[in-house]
Amino acid sequence: MRDDEIVLARGAGHLAARAFIYVALIFIAGVYLFPLVVVLLTSFKDLDDVRGGSILSLPIRPTIAPWLEAWNNACVGLRCTGLSGFFVNSLAMAVPSVVVSTLIGSINGYALTQWRFRGADAVFALLLFGAFIPYQIVLIPMARTLGVLGVANTIPGLILVHVVYGIPFTTLFFRNFLISLPVELVNAARVDGAGFFRIFWRILVPISIPCFVVSVIWQFTNIWNDYIFGATFTSGDGMPLTIALNNVVNTSTGVKPYNVHMASVIITALPTLLVYIVAGRYFLRGLMAGSVKG
Amino acid sequence: MTTFSIDQVEETEQQSRHLEGGLRNWLAIRTPQLAVAPSLAIVAVAVYGFMLWTGYISVSKSTILPNYEWAGLQQYQRLWSNPIWFIAVSNIFVFGGLFISLSIIIGLGMAILLDQRIRIEGVLRTIYLYPMALSFIVTGTAWKWILNPGLGIEHLVRVWGWDSFRFDWLVNPQFAVYTLVIAGVWQSSGFVMALFLAGLRGVDGEMVKAARLDGAGPIQIYRRIILPLLMPTFLTAGVILTHQAVKSFDLVVALTAGGPANSTQLPATFMYAQTFGRDQMGVGAASAVMIFMTVVAIIVPYLYTDIRRMQHEGR
Repeated sequence: MRDDEIVLARGAGHLAARAFIYVALIFIAGVYLFPLVVVLLTSFKDLDDVRGGSILSLPIRPTIAPWLEAWNNACVGLRCTGLSGFFVNSLAMAVPSVVVSTLIGSINGYALTQWRFRGADAVFALLLFGAFIPYQIVLIPMARTLGVLGVANTIPGLILVHVVYGIPFTTLFFRNFLISLPVELVNAARVDGAGFFRIFWRILVPISIPCFVVSVIWQFTNIWNDYIFGATFTSGDGMPLTIALNNVVNTSTGVKPYNVHMASVIITALPTLLVYIVAGRYFLRGLMAGSVKG
Repeated sequence: MTTFSIDQVEETEQQSRHLEGGLRNWLAIRTPQLAVAPSLAIVAVAVYGFMLWTGYISVSKSTILPNYEWAGLQQYQRLWSNPIWFIAVSNIFVFGGLFISLSIIIGLGMAILLDQRIRIEGVLRTIYLYPMALSFIVTGTAWKWILNPGLGIEHLVRVWGWDSFRFDWLVNPQFAVYTLVIAGVWQSSGFVMALFLAGLRGVDGEMVKAARLDGAGPIQIYRRIILPLLMPTFLTAGVILTHQAVKSFDLVVALTAGGPANSTQLPATFMYAQTFGRDQMGVGAASAVMIFMTVVAIIVPYLYTDIRRMQHEGR
């Protein structure tokens, strides 16, 4: 910790300057919250209210009808079955992808740091590069490959894609987390005769719990929020929620039910927002690690 | 006691070597390599293999289906003579330039303000960072509503009393690209703030104290001492934001869908539209290769120095 008075020496301007800083910070917070407030307010209005008021006016007749409409009846393309099915799709896609990619990443990170074999750094570099490619470069071959494997437009197909392109990230997390763990621990266990996977389950997994949290949060947020893979490899009933949301907003004919759109926005955002609110510290850690700072 | 157990281990190892022979032993020694082998194989195919595959399609005659007949640089010629690709490329400079510089300026400003022993820092940080938890589709859809010319901000300001206020950037081909900047900066500047805040917390307090004793004012201290020390953070933020800008896709899809009149196309949306919308797989692949090359030119030197640095510091 360093001294606080970088900006302010004591004296005449002190109080005024501190007040200015607080006002500025709170104003900025207002700007950041503005879209959330607007979306929430709109989602609780009926359509007359949406058209009659402004985006910041309070609902005159607060209603949860737009939320029910979004969940049960919103039209995605020609089918008006609401977002519930797509929400389930996203869950069915995200949960297995997160579990499998995190598990693979943890084993990779463990093998690359604690059993330093020749070429471990080269292997890491090769894997890491996968975290930074623009996905445009793999879309066409992946679409063909999923077709050949018979999993095009299916949840298992999407899971496969997310696991494959999640491995570089999860490996990065665990590798950078475990690189600072002294190898003596694992070496001692090896001398005692424990094998690779035994040491992993007994020693590495308990030690790496914080890293598991970071990896799970990062993967869940990224996979839940993905658009490009879902849009490219699925259509119709198999779509994840983000694609369905975009379709809901763009397929309304006639009068646009903005209140339903905004309820749909919140429904889509809610899972990752909850994760962020509950585990923000780990979320930030993943963000930092994802920027390749070990 | 200790010696005894080690002796025992050696004994059992020798025994097992005798009893089970080569394969078992080889497996035991190679387990770590075998454990990473599947990942390496998957990435070899799905990253490096697919890269080459797309590269090959970009020099083939592929249109709606892959057609592996050699076409030389024909697809690249078609790409660069496509006026929409030109819009996309010039947009990426406008969007990228503004998105990156504004995110850095605003993020740095927020970090400096937050670094003054603010009581409610935790709450504020949570507020500044929450957009990072959202999908760009969510962000884009929300901002599309806010920027709606009839009912959004324009209407709000008019209700507040400025009757002739106009804010129609979303539907104005000349200005629509700036709406992408607004939403993009809103989403990413909190993250840049977090990067700079971490950087600021790492600055050596003694240097700052010494400068203050020499009579330097706060602005001078920031300009002469702290900001130069944050150069690595500037670099990190710049690389990450550039990387994000070049890949930008979802935000455009949700906010403007490339319109009005293709005025907000970016390379990533162009690639998608050509490949999956217009059945021009070869042109799409060529544009994907251009995007890829740009990212590689930015990321590879950065990753290289980063890994070298980690090797230097680590172990």
